[in-house]
Amino acid sequence: MIDVQHLSKHYGDFIAIEDITFHVPKGEILGFLGPNGAGKTTTMRILTGYMPPTSGTATIAGCDVFFQSLEARQHIGYLPETVPLYSDMTVRSYLGFQAAIHGLRDPRKRERISDVIERMRLEEYADTIIGKLSKGFRQRVGVAQAILHEPDVLVLDEPTIGIDPIQVVETRQLIKDLGKDHTIILSSHILPEVSMVCQRVIIINDGRLVAVDTPENLSARLGGPERVRMQVRGPAREVAAALRDVGGVQSVDWEETGNEGVYRFQVQCRAGRDARPQLAGMVVQRRWDLLEMQALGLSLEDIFLQLTTHEELPVHA
Amino acid sequence: MRNVLAIAGKELNSYFTSPMAYVITAVFLAMSGLFFAQDLNISQIARLQGFLGASSFLLLLLSPILTMRLLAEEQKLGTLELLLTAPVRDHEVVLGKYLAALGILLGMLALTLYYPLLLILFAQPDYGPMLSGYFGLLLLGAAFLSVGLFASSLSSNQIVAAVLGIGILILLWVMGTAGNLAPNLPLVKTVLEYLAISSHFSDMLRGVIDTKDVVYYLSVIAVALFFSTRSLETRRWR
Repeated sequence: MIDVQHLSKHYGDFIAIEDITFHVPKGEILGFLGPNGAGKTTTMRILTGYMPPTSGTATIAGCDVFFQSLEARQHIGYLPETVPLYSDMTVRSYLGFQAAIHGLRDPRKRERISDVIERMRLEEYADTIIGKLSKGFRQRVGVAQAILHEPDVLVLDEPTIGIDPIQVVETRQLIKDLGKDHTIILSSHILPEVSMVCQRVIIINDGRLVAVDTPENLSARLGGPERVRMQVRGPAREVAAALRDVGGVQSVDWEETGNEGVYRFQVQCRAGRDARPQLAGMVVQRRWDLLEMQALGLSLEDIFLQLTTHEELPVHA
Repeated sequence: MRNVLAIAGKELNSYFTSPMAYVITAVFLAMSGLFFAQDLNISQIARLQGFLGASSFLLLLLSPILTMRLLAEEQKLGTLELLLTAPVRDHEVVLGKYLAALGILLGMLALTLYYPLLLILFAQPDYGPMLSGYFGLLLLGAAFLSVGLFASSLSSNQIVAAVLGIGILILLWVMGTAGNLAPNLPLVKTVLEYLAISSHFSDMLRGVIDTKDVVYYLSVIAVALFFSTRSLETRRWR
């Protein structure tokens, strides 16, 4: 659905992005992750046809964003980071204008406008001047205009920035829902958000692609389940000693939980060793109660810091 | 064309939701009415020359103020990004915005039609110069608006756009006299006089519609709109 090949954008001597290549199949939600100034917005602006690349190509639904710009733009719904809206228009008249310049005609136009107003729960504010809406509602109007013409691709630049926590949760759910009908590229520097919403993540730093993978694989490739957290009901010291004897285990720490006789163990394994089956087997064999077991991979934060500060992973586009 | 009309409609709407259209129309009507009445009073001739002559300069000042918002504000607010990523061509954006401003100009001129009506009711005016004068004023205003729109495409600051527009127009207006600086170069003098925006209006005030004057104004409009489109395109490269 989206195909990006060797995309670069230079502003004079400044390199905004360099040799970015990736592909997004239909129906996928792709997370675009990077620190501020990494080139996320630049990439999105090229994809949406706002600015041409210095070199490289990008196609949306088979249309080149530069040479078949109008066709490509017809397939895209875009929500820029700042949510620029005409503040002197009402929500309904604004959506009417956006529908018109996206080629929607009555009665389809009227139908779509009332659909998106309902979907984004803007009914109460449909005839309010946009300038009087709060940031959260402006955000909804922004999403409404993006999905208005039922584009194949949605490009959302930092869609949860500047709105309150409840709206953030709602927006994430909304993006997941939208993922059923649209292919989505979503940029963010909020890592848990990306791992929650996206099927695949692109990490970009200093204009270069650093990694492309699923959140789980990224975590696995870097760390693997080297740390395991367990909750066991049993004599703490004995359990700890028994766990230490399992092959591949380096160290075991334990602490009390609030519950009588239940302890939390933190097991550190040697690099690349997944000792979970043996650990579980050991506890069961000794007839203690295994209450909980969790592999602690590297969090996306750890990966992100590792990738953007020092070592680079081989890129599998 | 539908895109052009959609953009024009949206712009017309925001002219009337802000005080802009009302204030400019009110100022224009007050001033032009004053000049109309004064000319009648002094000359004792049933004619529109006083109104038309003064209005031409009034429009020079008011047109860039009318157009300053059109593209500058889009750049300032960032709404240009959504407009230019919608499936509309750059020249459709320019044309739509221009048509909206032209609509306001037409409305303003329509509101002055009671001046000639008064003359017809109470005297026997000469119809020719009235018609050609209105036609000329419309062309002149349309040219002013196109230059104003171009100025608006150059800056994201509305005041800068207005000042720039008025500056360009005054330069065009007085260009004819600049020919006197080069008395030994008759060709330069002729060219400068032809390029002066004011020189093409005086014949129409007297009742003469010359094709070369009409062509001049249409050329100014075409060039200014072309430059506006180009200037908008360069926004994408920055």
